[in-house]
Amino acid sequence: MTNPVSVRDLTVAYEEKPVLWDADLEIPAGSLAAIIGPNGAGKSTLIKAILGLVPTAAGMVRLFGEPYAKVRKRVGYVPQRGSVDWDFPTSVLDVVMMGMYGRLGWVRRPGKAERERARECLREVGMEDYAGRQISQLSGGQQQRVFLARALAQDADLYFMDEPFAGVDATTERAIVAILKRLRDDGKTVLVVHHDLQTAPEYFDWAVLLNVRVMASGPMAATFTPDNLQRTYGGRIAFLK
Amino acid sequence: MNLLRDLFLDYTLRNIALGAAVLGLVSGVLGSFAVLRRQGLMGDALSHAALPGICLGYLLTGSKAPLVLMLGAGVAGWLGMVLILRIVRHTRIDPNSALGIILTVFFGFGVVLLTVLQKRNDAGQAGLDKFLFGQAAALTQEQVVTMAALGGAALLVVLLLYKEFKLISFDPEFARSLALPTRALDLLLTSLLVVAVVIGLNTVGVVLMSAMLVAPGAAARQWTDSLGKMLGLAAAFGAVSGVAGAILSVTAERIPTGPVIILCVTGIVVASLLFGSARGLVWEWLRQARHRREMLAALAGGAGAGGGGTAP
Amino acid sequence: MSPEFVIALTAALAACACALAGVFLVLRRMALMADAISHAILPGLVAGYWMARGPNVVAGFLGATAAGLLTVWLTEALTRSRRVKEDTAIGLVFPALFALGVLLVSRFFSNVHLDTDAVLFGEIAFAPLETWRIGGRDLGPTALWTLGGLTALNAGFLALFYKELKLSTFDPGLAAALGFAPVLLHYGLMGMVAVTTVGGFTAVGAILVIALIIVPPVTASLLTDRLPALVALSVAVGVAGALAGYGLAAFWDVSIGGMIVTVLGALFGATLLLAPRKGLVAQAVRRARQRRQFAREALLVHLATHEGTAAEDRECRPAHLQEELLWTAAMADRAVAEAQSAGLVAPVDAEGHLHLTDRGREMAAEVSRK
Repeated sequence: MTNPVSVRDLTVAYEEKPVLWDADLEIPAGSLAAIIGPNGAGKSTLIKAILGLVPTAAGMVRLFGEPYAKVRKRVGYVPQRGSVDWDFPTSVLDVVMMGMYGRLGWVRRPGKAERERARECLREVGMEDYAGRQISQLSGGQQQRVFLARALAQDADLYFMDEPFAGVDATTERAIVAILKRLRDDGKTVLVVHHDLQTAPEYFDWAVLLNVRVMASGPMAATFTPDNLQRTYGGRIAFLK
Repeated sequence: MNLLRDLFLDYTLRNIALGAAVLGLVSGVLGSFAVLRRQGLMGDALSHAALPGICLGYLLTGSKAPLVLMLGAGVAGWLGMVLILRIVRHTRIDPNSALGIILTVFFGFGVVLLTVLQKRNDAGQAGLDKFLFGQAAALTQEQVVTMAALGGAALLVVLLLYKEFKLISFDPEFARSLALPTRALDLLLTSLLVVAVVIGLNTVGVVLMSAMLVAPGAAARQWTDSLGKMLGLAAAFGAVSGVAGAILSVTAERIPTGPVIILCVTGIVVASLLFGSARGLVWEWLRQARHRREMLAALAGGAGAGGGGTAP
Repeated sequence: MSPEFVIALTAALAACACALAGVFLVLRRMALMADAISHAILPGLVAGYWMARGPNVVAGFLGATAAGLLTVWLTEALTRSRRVKEDTAIGLVFPALFALGVLLVSRFFSNVHLDTDAVLFGEIAFAPLETWRIGGRDLGPTALWTLGGLTALNAGFLALFYKELKLSTFDPGLAAALGFAPVLLHYGLMGMVAVTTVGGFTAVGAILVIALIIVPPVTASLLTDRLPALVALSVAVGVAGALAGYGLAAFWDVSIGGMIVTVLGALFGATLLLAPRKGLVAQAVRRARQRRQFAREALLVHLATHEGTAAEDRECRPAHLQEELLWTAAMADRAVAEAQSAGLVAPVDAEGHLHLTDRGREMAAEVSRK
């Protein structure tokens, strides 16, 4: 069976600086994978490059054995919370329904079925009471849950999430972890940018250690070793000296 | 009653009112997107950039037909818009400077062309420069129909692509992950602003056009947190100020239409900022005052209770 | 003084005054405040006219400057209320004030020479005609005095507060912490822009003033990053545009102001394309060179990554590079050839594999460390 994520020699450069070098990556189906590495290691860039959101200098990406454009309806994405204007005049339910825009296609508007499904997704993240709220009235954790609900509404088999735990409260963090695990148990594959080394082994079962290059990738227990971490973070520490 | 009858029967008043209403409606909807996408000053730059197009349209065809002049204005405005977007994307020049450069340079070139026209000294060129302040009083039925058709087409595009425009305005990155052609949509939505500007030049003129785009949306935002309602309200605010301005300027002596329309819509903005049901400042001030009172009362009560506690 | 000389001098002085006022405005990314202020001064002019019961230079000047500062304050107050964003605030305030001005003019002063057209166009060609007389003595053209005074004023302001302006522009937080009162400086700068606009538009027209404030500093910023050079270059670009524009306008017999702006636009366009470091051509050349260097480094890193691994047989063939690194055949061939001639990659061995040389290995390690 082909892996949901298969990346070969992926290289990204902004202007003069290489941000991602020759990355090879295989993520098996049903993994809950963390992309771990120091700041500036290219974690977000890896996700964005896989989804074609940043131009790549070289490399090949296959999702479920196909180019992204062919399987984009099976892929869900949670961008960083800070990437949007939370003052935008729209309600929580509206944002969640945006997850279904891809399926709806051009021109068609979301209808009753979509609204129903969006409510379900909100219920899953514990936000059903907030459906009518304006998004600027949400706390950081609630905003993140709404983004997660939108991803659930995408009904994907493979999820990419950019720092879903950044700036959220402890309750939200636990809720998000529970949802991620449930997704995994349903046979979905989830790739999460994460930078808390403490919680990584507890939350995830697959690790990708990244510092511009992929330093190590594999099952959490075998990959998340002091030696590999030293290689991922250590070079940087040496560099800082 | 006379006024109402005039509104329907008087040719001039009807044209002014209809033209201003069309402009208000269209620019209210399209300007709302500009307000949300931080392109509030785009309208100002585009309306100035239209001048050379109008002059060239006349120079090349010798015709002052509204369609020719509007087409010239549209092409020049659109060119200015594309240049602004490209400068911002490909250089480190900030958007404000890019807008300022295109605005002045296009307009300056337009002024040069105007003097070329003046030198040719034929009767037809008279009035081209009137578009600076609009000439609502001289609107013909033909112009109003052209404006309505253009505006209708622009609104139809917004209606069809509402969902996509909403998404690229709110979360462009997510939109791209859905493989939407965000750059093309972005260009289209900004291009629609050019349509609004072209419609507006005849009525309120170059300088006031930016307010016509920004004000209805800014006012509507204070009343609602839903994009759909915001667009509807903005259209209504724009149309109402258009008609009100038209009537005021016709009934009173020596009052130009364009400025009155802008003052009407500015009045609506001020009222909305103060009393808007969603974000009105007055409600916030009242809330703050109440909080302060309650806090003071609680402090006083607490102090009183404390005093009572220590009393023997 | 011949009229031609007076016009040229007027234009050059206007360019100096405006460029000096514009440098920090552009650096603070507030270029369009010049546009806003220049329109919004109209009601101030009217108020000055009304209070002095007739045309009075001082009253008009004060009224217009006050209106300019009012625009700045209103814009900031609106933005601070967080009900609208800054661009919307600007777009609301200045048309409203301008509309008010037009209304007042047409309602109460329609028989007076306070032509709204003049606010936008001005007419530099009239500069020699209007002279300043005190007690019957002719002191020369008014415009020269106004613009000369403005140039001196702006140069003085910059010289006095250069350090403070620089700091509060690049690090407002630090400036405030050091007690430099950024708000006061901000209003000082805006006041300078307002005064320049007011003084300039009567002589040369509002559009020309805005263009002279915005275009030269932006053009200069494409040529240098150093602040003193930026100021000097802004003035130079402005003066060059003014003189060349005037010459061309006289030659073709077209609007002087319009032609100056057009020439400034051409200067900006040429600089945007051809500037030595930041120009679009230089950028494209640099990018192409980087792409080549980058291709070579990518090749080294690729070979280093797969050296000695099970996938080596597949990964390290020249044909594979095209397939996997998404390179065209020409690009792959060139990268390999360049790396080989630089002694970083050994010639293809008997099994058709590429291997790094020791130097290549060193360089790959170095590259992936950065």
